[in-house]
Amino acid sequence: MLEPLNQLEEEARAALEAAADPGALAAWRTTYLGRRGKVTEAVKALATLPAAERPAYGRRVNEIKEALEAAYEARAEALRQASLAQAWVADQVDVTLPGRPIRPGRLHPSTQTLREIYRIFAEMGFQVYRSRDVETDEMNFTLLNMPPHHPARDMWDTFYTTRPGVILRTHTSPGQIRAMRDYCPEPIRVILPGMCYRYEQITARSEIMFNQVEGLAVGRNITMANLKGTIVDFARRMFGEGRRVRFRASHFPFTEPSAEVDMDCILCGGKGCRVCKYTGWLEIMGSGMVHPVVLKNGGYDPDVYSGFAFGMGPERIAMLKHGIEDIRYFWANDLRFLQQFG
Amino acid sequence: MKVPISWLKEYVEIPIPLEPLAERLTMAGLEVAAIERIGDWWDRDRIVVGEVVEVRPHPNADRLVLARVAYGGPEVEECVTGAPNLFPYKGRGRVSLKVAFAMEGAELYDGHQEGFVKTRLKPTKIRGVPSRAMVCSEKELGLSEDHEGILILPDDAPVGVPLADYLGDAVLDLDLTPNLARCLSVIGVAREVAALTGGRLRYPDTSWRTEGPPAADLARVQIADPELCARYIATLIRGVQIGPSPYWMQSRLRKAGMRPINNVVDITNYVMLEWGQPLHAFDYDKLVARAGGDIPTIIVRRARPGETMTTLDGIARTFTEDTLLICDTAGPIAVAGVMGGLETEIDDGTRNILLEAANFDFISIRRTTQALKLPSEASLRFGKGIHPALAEPAARRASELMRVLAQGTLAQGMVDAYPRPAAPVVISLTTSEVERNLGLSFSLAEIAGFLEPLEFRCEPVAADTLRVTVPDHRLDCQYPADLIEEIARVYGYDRIPVIELADRLPPQRANRALELEEKVRDVLVGCGLQEVITYSLTHPAREAALIPGQGGEAQPPAYVTIANPISPERVVMRRSLLASVLEAAAANLRFQPRVTIFEVGKVFIPAPDAELPDEPRRLAIVMTGPRQDRHWLASAEPDLDFFDLKGVVEALLERLHVTGACYEPADHPSFQPGRTARLRLGETEIGFLGEVHPRVREAFDLPERRVAAADLDLEALLSRVPPGWRVEPISVYPAVLQDLAVVVAEEVPAARVRDLILEAGGFLLKEARLFDVYRGEPVPPGKKSLAYALTFQAPDKTLHEAIVARQVQRIVQRLRQEVGAELRG
Ligand SMILES: [Zn+2]
Repeated sequence: MLEPLNQLEEEARAALEAAADPGALAAWRTTYLGRRGKVTEAVKALATLPAAERPAYGRRVNEIKEALEAAYEARAEALRQASLAQAWVADQVDVTLPGRPIRPGRLHPSTQTLREIYRIFAEMGFQVYRSRDVETDEMNFTLLNMPPHHPARDMWDTFYTTRPGVILRTHTSPGQIRAMRDYCPEPIRVILPGMCYRYEQITARSEIMFNQVEGLAVGRNITMANLKGTIVDFARRMFGEGRRVRFRASHFPFTEPSAEVDMDCILCGGKGCRVCKYTGWLEIMGSGMVHPVVLKNGGYDPDVYSGFAFGMGPERIAMLKHGIEDIRYFWANDLRFLQQFG
Repeated sequence: MKVPISWLKEYVEIPIPLEPLAERLTMAGLEVAAIERIGDWWDRDRIVVGEVVEVRPHPNADRLVLARVAYGGPEVEECVTGAPNLFPYKGRGRVSLKVAFAMEGAELYDGHQEGFVKTRLKPTKIRGVPSRAMVCSEKELGLSEDHEGILILPDDAPVGVPLADYLGDAVLDLDLTPNLARCLSVIGVAREVAALTGGRLRYPDTSWRTEGPPAADLARVQIADPELCARYIATLIRGVQIGPSPYWMQSRLRKAGMRPINNVVDITNYVMLEWGQPLHAFDYDKLVARAGGDIPTIIVRRARPGETMTTLDGIARTFTEDTLLICDTAGPIAVAGVMGGLETEIDDGTRNILLEAANFDFISIRRTTQALKLPSEASLRFGKGIHPALAEPAARRASELMRVLAQGTLAQGMVDAYPRPAAPVVISLTTSEVERNLGLSFSLAEIAGFLEPLEFRCEPVAADTLRVTVPDHRLDCQYPADLIEEIARVYGYDRIPVIELADRLPPQRANRALELEEKVRDVLVGCGLQEVITYSLTHPAREAALIPGQGGEAQPPAYVTIANPISPERVVMRRSLLASVLEAAAANLRFQPRVTIFEVGKVFIPAPDAELPDEPRRLAIVMTGPRQDRHWLASAEPDLDFFDLKGVVEALLERLHVTGACYEPADHPSFQPGRTARLRLGETEIGFLGEVHPRVREAFDLPERRVAAADLDLEALLSRVPPGWRVEPISVYPAVLQDLAVVVAEEVPAARVRDLILEAGGFLLKEARLFDVYRGEPVPPGKKSLAYALTFQAPDKTLHEAIVARQVQRIVQRLRQEVGAELRG
C-alpha cells in the first residue's frame, strides 16, 4: 500500500537531482509539489482510502512532502551558489594591478615641522606670536642688549636695506620685545616662528633664509631649572623618549645665563659620526634666562619678573630627523624632494 | 684661540686628563672645537732626545757628514746626514748639539716627498757608509714643513728622554663667543681651568730690572682723545740685539698659530698671547730722528681727513677722522690697535725700542678694522674690549723678556698716560636672587666659593647679600645675572635640576590669523596641491616679467631694497608670490609633466610714510600639465586648465565659509585674454585667476601648454571669513528633482542665469547645478543651451507636483524676461 508512495519519492528525488538550472527546478516543483503535482495528488488520495489505512498512509505521504520540500530548498540554494560562483569567476581581477591613482597634496616640510613644534608647545601653554620679517635695527639688536657696534653683533651676518636703520631680521628675537610690549604686565608663554635672514653664502650647510622658532616665558616664578624642564620635555616629544639632553654654557647677548642645548646624536646614538662631528652630540638650540636689560626693554621689572627664551631652526630639525644633507633642498622646491614627506 | 697644554700648565696645574678637561671647558662655554695632538704618534723607544757629540766629514761625499749621536744607549751611534746646519761643526771635534734622534724601525714622515707621507726607518748604506739611525728635521717629525736642516733643541734638553715627553704637546683649539674675550689669552684660559678643576692659578713673574735714566726723560706721551684711548704706556728698552727668539718661544708661538719673526716682535706677540694685551714695538731711534734729534712725543689722536701713512704691509693708506692714530710730532706712526707704520718698524739694525702697551676704545678699533679691512690678532682683541689695567703687567713682562732674551737695558719706570682710570665694578648679589634665577639655593659661602677662583672679590655685607667686586679682566659683568651665569658655569649647568614650569599660566589667546592661514594650506593640500616655500628675496626683473611688453616705460614699483645683496639675483624683497611660484613650476617641469603647487607667504610693500614696509600675506596657485597621469585605468583627458584652478578656488572659499564670490571676466597683463577672471568679494578685489599669458610663459621658461595660475590677496580673503556659521537642518521630506534646459545668447554669462534661477526659484529651490553646456544643432548659432538639475525641497512637507511646476514656470518666465531665454524643447 505504501509502495507507490516510496516509488514516488524515489522518482521525485531523481528528477530533482537532474534539475540543473532554475527553469528545470521550477518545472520540477510544478510537477511534484504544484497544485496539481504528483505529491499533492497523493495527499488528496488519502480521502479515498479505507479508514484503517489512512493513518499509515497519511503519515508517510506528509513525510515525503516535507522531505521533498526541504530537498527542493536545498537544491535551489545549491543552484544559486553555483551560479554566483560562476558570475564571480567572470568578475575576478588581478589584485596586483596598481590602484586608481590619488594625488594627495602635501605640506612643505618646514610647515610640517613648524606645526609639530606648535603642537608640542601648545600643550605646555605656549601660543604662537608672529612678527615682521623686515625689522628695525633697534628691535633686532639694540633692544636685545646689543647697542650699535657691540661685538656680539658679529655673531649675525646681517642684510641691511637701503633705508638706514632697517634690516632683515637675523633671528625671531625682536618678536620677544614686541610680545612683551603687547602683553606686559601679564605673564607670557609664546613661541615666535618666522623667516630669518643672514648674509651668508648659500651652501649645503648655510642658507640666506631659514625659519626660526623662539620660545619666551616670562613670569614671577621662572627659573633656569624650568628652562631645562621645558626643553627636555620638548626634545623628547620631538625626537623620541629617552633622548639625552645636555646644557652647555654659551653666550647670547639677550640671555644671561645662556646655554647651548645639545642632544645625543640621533644618527649614531652618541657614539660619534660625521654628522655630529664625532662628538656624539648635536646642537639643537640656543637658550637662556632673559637678560634683565631685555626684560626692562619689554616693560617688565627684572627685579620682580624673570623669564627664559630659546630658539631653534625647524629646517635643521627636519634635516636631523630625516637625514637631509643639503639645506638648499628646502627652498629649491623640487617636487622629488617635497613629495618624500608624508 | 689655540692653547698649547704645555704653555697652559705653566700657569695652572691640571689635575684631570686631557679629554675630561676639554669636556669640562666645553660645558663651561669655552668650546673645544678640536684637540691638535703633537707627537702623540712618536715611538717612545725609538725617537728620543739625542746629543750630537761630533760631526765628521763623510769619506766619499762633500755634501754629507757623519753625525755621532749619544742617546743614552751603550754606544754612540753614527748616522749619515746632509743637514746643512751641521756643516759648520764638521771636523771641530767635540760638540754638543741637542737633536731629535730616531732609531731603526721608527716611523717618521718622509722628508723628501711632497706632503706628509709616513715611512719606516731602515738600515741603509749611504755612499758606502752604513747608517741605521737619523737626526730629524721638523718635517720628519710633522712639526712643520721645514726640511732645510735638522731640528736643534735647546741645550738643556735631557738626552735619552722620549721626544714625545720632551716635545710632545696637545693644543686646544677654542671656539670663543664674544663675551669670552678674556680667554683670548693663555692666562685667561688658565684662570678658567683653575676655577673649573680646582687647580691653582700662578701668574708669571712681572718683576723687572731697570737701570739708568727714567723712561720719562726719553719719551713723552700725549693723549689728545681720551674717549678713544683710556691709557697709553710706553717703556724703553735700549741696546737690544735683534735675532731669533729662543726655541721654546718660537715653538709656543707656532703652536698658538703665529709665525716667529725676531726676538722683539716675538716677545710682543708672546706677551699678547699670554696676557691678552696687544703690544707694539717702535724703533726708538727712528722716532728720535723724526723728532729732529729731540725726545720723541707720542701723540694719540684722530686722523686729520686725508692724512696718509704706509702701514707695515707696505700699503699707503688714507684715513678719515674716524681713525685713531698713534703719531709723533712729524705725523702718524701707527694705526692705533690695528697695524704699525712701515717707517718706524723694527728691523735687524734696531738698537733701541719704545714699547707701547695701550688701551683703545673697542668701537673705534672695530670701525677702523672694518674700514681698512685689516683684521689682526691685535685688533681682534682690542675690538672685543680690554681692561686698561692689563697694560701695566704686560708692559713689564714684555720689557723684562726683552732684557733677558734680547740683551736690552730697561729704562726706569714707564711713561704712563692714564687719563680715564676705570672705576671698579661692584655688584650686590643676594642668595634669593640666585635662587630666583637658577631654581637652586646656595649659601653665601658657596656662592663665594664659585666666584672667588675666577678672581671676583666677595664680601658678605648682610646675612643674604654679597658685595662682589668684578676683577679687571672681566668687562662682561654688570648685573647680578652676569654673576649668576658664573655661578652656574662653575657649579655645572648639568647639575641644575630639570623642573617643569609651574608659574601661573598666562591668559590663553587664539591666533586667528595663523589658524586661518593653516586652514588655507589644509584645504589646498586636500585639493591635491603641493605647498612650496620660495625665497623672499628676488630681483625686480623677475617680477617685471609678469607684465610683458612693459619695457622701461612704466615706473618700477617701490621695493624694500637690500643694501648688501649676496647674490645679484636676490636684491629686493618680493612684492609678488606668483613670480617665484611660476619659477618653481618651471624648474619642476623639467622633471615631470604635471605641477600643481601653491605658496602662502608674505610680500613686502614699502609704505610711503612708515619706516617699515607692509607685509601682507598672499596666496599663489599654479596648476599645469596633464589632468591625469598615464595609467592603465585612466582615459585620455585634456590638460589642467582654468576650470581646474577655479574648482580649487571655489573649494577654498566654500571650506572657509566665504560667500558672495563674484568671478568677472577681466584683462590682466599676466594672463591670457578671455581666460581670466577677477575674483571679487563684494566691493573688495581679491585677485586674479586665469591661464598665464603666452609671453609670461615664455619669460618664465614654461612650456607651450596651459598654465593656470591664481594670485590672491590672502589678507582680504581671510578678512571675509565669518567668525562662525550655522548648520541647516536636513529636511525629512523627499526632494523633487527636475531638469531645466534653456537656450540663451552666447554673451549671457552662466553665473547670471544661475543667479536668476535661484532668485526666481524661491526658498523651495535648494540647488541649481549646471550639468551641461551645449552648442550646435538644433541650438541656433550664437546661442548656447544651459541645462540645470534643479532640486526642490520643503522643510515641513512633501512638495506637491503642482507647486514645483509653478516654480519652474516662474523661473522660465524670469529667464525669458531678463535674458531672453527660451525653454529648450
Ligand atoms: Zn653622530
